[in-house]
This record gives sequence, structure tokens and C-alpha cells, in this order.
Amino acid sequence: MSHTNKNKQMLWVLLAAVCAASLGLEFVAAPEVHFSFGHFFGFNAVLAALACAVLILIARGLGIILKKPTDHYDD
Amino acid sequence: MTNIHPTFAYLAAAALMPLFVGSWRNRMLIAVAGLALLTVYMLPEGASVGASFLGYDLTLLRVDKLSKVFGYVFTLNSVIAFVYGYHLKDARQQLATLFYIGASMGAVFAGDLITLYIFWEVMAVASTFLILARQTPQAYAAGFRYILIHLFGGLVLLLGIILFIKGTGTTAFTAISPDAPGSWLMLIGVLINASAFPLGSWLPDSYPEATVTGGVILSAYTTKTAVYVLLRGFPGWEILIAVGCFMAVYGVVYALMENDIRRILAYSITNQVGFMLIGAGIGTAVSVNGAAAHAFCHIIYKSLLWMSAGAVLAMTGKSKCTDLEGIRRFMPWTFALGLIGALSILGFPGTNGFASKTLILQAVAHEHMSWVLIILEAAVIGEVAAMGIFLLSGIKFPTPLGKVGKSVITDPPRHMLLAMGAMAVLCIGLGSMPEILYSILPFDTEGFTPYKLGKVVGQFQLLAFSALVFFIMLPLLKRTDTISLEVDWFYRRGGRLFYRIMDRCLNPLNAAVDTGVARSVGRFAGFCRDLPVRIMSMIVSIASPAGEQSIVRRQYVTDALKTGTFPVGGTILAVTVGLGVMLALVL
Repeated sequence: MSHTNKNKQMLWVLLAAVCAASLGLEFVAAPEVHFSFGHFFGFNAVLAALACAVLILIARGLGIILKKPTDHYDD
Repeated sequence: MTNIHPTFAYLAAAALMPLFVGSWRNRMLIAVAGLALLTVYMLPEGASVGASFLGYDLTLLRVDKLSKVFGYVFTLNSVIAFVYGYHLKDARQQLATLFYIGASMGAVFAGDLITLYIFWEVMAVASTFLILARQTPQAYAAGFRYILIHLFGGLVLLLGIILFIKGTGTTAFTAISPDAPGSWLMLIGVLINASAFPLGSWLPDSYPEATVTGGVILSAYTTKTAVYVLLRGFPGWEILIAVGCFMAVYGVVYALMENDIRRILAYSITNQVGFMLIGAGIGTAVSVNGAAAHAFCHIIYKSLLWMSAGAVLAMTGKSKCTDLEGIRRFMPWTFALGLIGALSILGFPGTNGFASKTLILQAVAHEHMSWVLIILEAAVIGEVAAMGIFLLSGIKFPTPLGKVGKSVITDPPRHMLLAMGAMAVLCIGLGSMPEILYSILPFDTEGFTPYKLGKVVGQFQLLAFSALVFFIMLPLLKRTDTISLEVDWFYRRGGRLFYRIMDRCLNPLNAAVDTGVARSVGRFAGFCRDLPVRIMSMIVSIASPAGEQSIVRRQYVTDALKTGTFPVGGTILAVTVGLGVMLALVL
């Protein structure tokens, strides 16, 4: 395995560990919830994952229509 | 305590510029900006300086906590921006900067609408020169569009102000009622400067085309002066909540599509100003505090981000993600300091972004606006992805820039790093000691602390899981060497379409009229030239023998007129006929 791939793998493990730790901290101090539908374990994690995925998909979808070559206005 | 207007410091510096050359001029600018910061500190709350203009009462200086918050951050940013631009020898940029910042200070401390408007327009003109100063065809075109939009916004604002003053009889700049005459026009004029949709595309169009230091300076003043005016004049206008929510999401979605790091940052300004508009729209003490605090912190971390992007541009001549992969290896300090700016904009606990964003989120939660809160948190999450793209271009493997060689690309000069370092210290300092920031806010924060364990854990979860999803979906966000169409398409393409229509319709009409007029004038000239011959031929024909051909007579008259040898009889006859006509007219 190359040095770069090892680094990438380590970063993935680190990120997963940070996510797990942030969830684990919920047992110590529960985040403030301001929504009637948000009173379940890991609500913020679910919200973050969903919102991030939706925004990326919107940007990806809009990009198909709106992205143009850099010389679009040059003619 | 003193009543000296902070704008005077910048105007004095502009006047002193010819006396200083080289780096002494840069030192003078830093010193004067520091003096302006001191002047703001010395201004007593409640101080006011008035004047009269065309029978209207003007308040050139009005000092209270709200104006001082903006005064502090505007002057502080100017000190550090002048340190960043210490290498700059271009007097035009320096002069434009002084007028731009001086005018923004004038707007923030203006106590009446006329003074506000005058400084508003000076800001628009002065800032344009920071875009034009890059001297590229793209910068000239963007600068032209920038000034047109701002002059349009200024005219809308002026119309609103005139209607307001005529309707209410007052020039005072205080909270404006939605029922007041001209108030909606004033709001539109201000929202244009706040880069609100759909008239906000001037920002990502123009700021990335500015010079390296110009981008840093522009990022701080125009939109934040607009936020100040909204907090002062339009608190509690609920439409601002809707506009702010839209801006927060729209800015982030466009940032995700961008390839140019400075355009990513430009859209990020729109996203962040959206948060501030929501604070203004809610209009409570907590929300106004939140918006003011966020404007303060935003200027600091956004300047830091623009400085790091500017450093990359200055050292490589490039600003596209696709051209900068692996730049971290050659510019480690720039990358590290930019990372602090990125963490601040994300509201990472321990940074100033966390200290200010939680105030706004708290204000939204107090009002039980669940959907607004969801949108704001989604915008924070989207910002994670946007900053991910911003930073990832620097750490991506492999590194095509490696071919260029480390000896060519390095971290920027020390003064740039020093300025970035100062901003980074402020990001972390205000984040770890938010009470310093809270103490200068317009309203008492009543022991509010962002560092409750539950809040910190919630923020960690938001950031960690959005980062996880970002990396999982990263293949969908592959950068492409493209631009994204924006609302400015309508006036950029529409402008050309309008030109072509006018070209097709008006130019043929113009040519036809030109030909017609030329022919008519030619004929009329010929008629006038032949007139004496015609008249004399008519007169001569009276005394001519019968049967003489008119062509012979006409030739005879033409020759006689040319040589001036008209027979006396004919002349007498002409004079007699002429006198007879005159006599007939008189009688």
C-alpha cells in the first residue's frame, strides 16, 4: 500500500472516530433541542448528514444546468 | 474623550499621501488607521455633531453602542489590512482604500439619511477603483457592472430617502416603519448593497476580480455597512428573515459549484450576511446583538480567508482550485492560517464564529422559529462542504504544482503572514474569550455564554457528520474549470441582446433617415442655387421677343449672372418689380 493510501485510510479512521466521539459525548451532555421532532439520540448527526447530502445533491443537479465554460461571456 | 469623527483620520491620510513615499507611506497608513481605531475608542456614547444643509438638519456624527461596534471592527480591519498591503506602492489603490473606508465610517456614524446617502455613494465610487486597479479586461468589465449596479441601488435609496423626508418631514436616521413613505425603496437600495438575492450577483462577479489587497478590503465594508443600516433602520422587518434564509442557502449552494477560491469566498459572504439579515429581521435585543457580533467576527475571519486566498494568488498568479492542488506543501503557513479562518466561519467551538453564530441561533430559538433554525443549521453544514472544497484544493494528492518546484512558490512575505497571524489570533482570542466581544454589543447579553457543554456537543456533531458526508460524497463535487450562471446572466446576456435588437432596429432606421435627409438637403441646395437664374429668367422673359426659346433665355441669364454683366434694362425691371412687391406688401 502506498504512503498516500495509508494516509487516506488513517484520515478516514480519524474522521469516523471523531464522529463516534461526538455521538458518545451526547451521553455526557445532550445537545439543546429546539424542534418538536428532534428529541431522539443523534438528532444533530442525522440532521448534519441529511442536510449535507441534500445540499451537495442540489449543487450537483444545478451544476448540470448552470455550469458553463469560463469563456461563456466572451463571445 | 473626544468628538473627532473617525472619517477625518482617513481623509487626513489621503491629504498626507503626497508627502510620504515608498514604505514610509505604508507606515503612515498603518499609523493613521491605528489612530482611527483610537478615535472610535475615545468617542463618548451619546456624542453628536450636527450641521445644516439646504435647510435640512444633518447629524454628521451620532455615537452609540451599535455604531461603535461597527466602528471598532472597521478600523481594526483597516489597520491589519494596511499591514497586509505593506508591499503596495500603487497610490491609486491606497487612495481608493482611504476614501472607501473613510466613507464607510461616515455612513456608520451618520445620524441622518442625507449624510448616510452621501457616504453611501462615495463608498460605491471608491470601491470600484479597487476592482479596476487589477487592470485586466475581466476586472474592467466587472468594475463597470459593479458601479452600474451600485449606482442603480444608490438611486433607489435616494428616491426612497426623498419620499421619506417629504412625507415625514424628518431627516433623522432611526428605525423606519414599513408604512413610512419611501421605506420599501430604501430597503431595496440597502439590500442591493447587502448582496441580497436577486440583486446580489454583483458580489461574486466583482470581488474575485479585484486586486490581492483590494479583495481583502472589499470583503469587509460594503455588505457590512448595509447590515448596519438594516440593524439601525429596519429591525423587526420580517421580510428580512425570509431574504436572509434564502441568502444563507443560496450562497452555500453556489459556493459548492465554484472553482475559483475567491469566488467560493465571495458566495460565502452572501451566505454569512444571510445570518445577519435574519438577526435584523427578528429585531429583538438578542438577535440584534447576534447580528452585530456576527458582522464583527465575520469581518475578521473573512478577511483572514481573503488574505490567505490573496496570498496564494500573489505567489502563484492562480486562484482556481483545479490549478492549486497541493499548494499546502509550498505555502504551509498560509494554509494553516487559512484553516483557522475556515474553522471560524464554520463556528468551530473555540473560534469567534462559534461565539457569534450561537447568539443568532439563540435568538431564533427564543422566537421558536423552528424552520428558520433548520435552514440556518443546514447553511452551517453546507458551509462545511464549501470550506472543505476551499481547503481540499490545497491538500489534494498528487500535487501537480510539485512540477513547478518549491523554490518558485513559497509562503508570502512576512508582513502578509503577520497580518494573517493577527487575524488568526483575533479569531481564536474572541472565540475563547467571547465576553470581550459581548461587552461592546448594543444590548446587555445578560451573562449569555456559548460554552454550555450541550451546545458544544451539538455543534461538534453537526460539524463532524457533515464532514463525514462531505468526504463520502466528494466524487460528486469534482471541480471543473467552469463558471456558474447567475442572475447577472440576465443583464450580461440581456444587455447584449438589447444592444443587438437596438443595432438591428435603430441602425437601419438611422441609415434610412441619413440617406433621406442627405437627398433632401442636396435637392434644396440645388433649388436655392438655381433660384436666381429661375427668377431672372422669369423677369427677362417679360421683355424678351416672342418666340425666343426658354433654353436660350436661361443660358443667357446664367452667363450674365456669372459674369455680372446683366443689361441695365433687365436690372431696372427687376428692381421695379421688387419695389412693386414691397409696396404691395406694405400697403
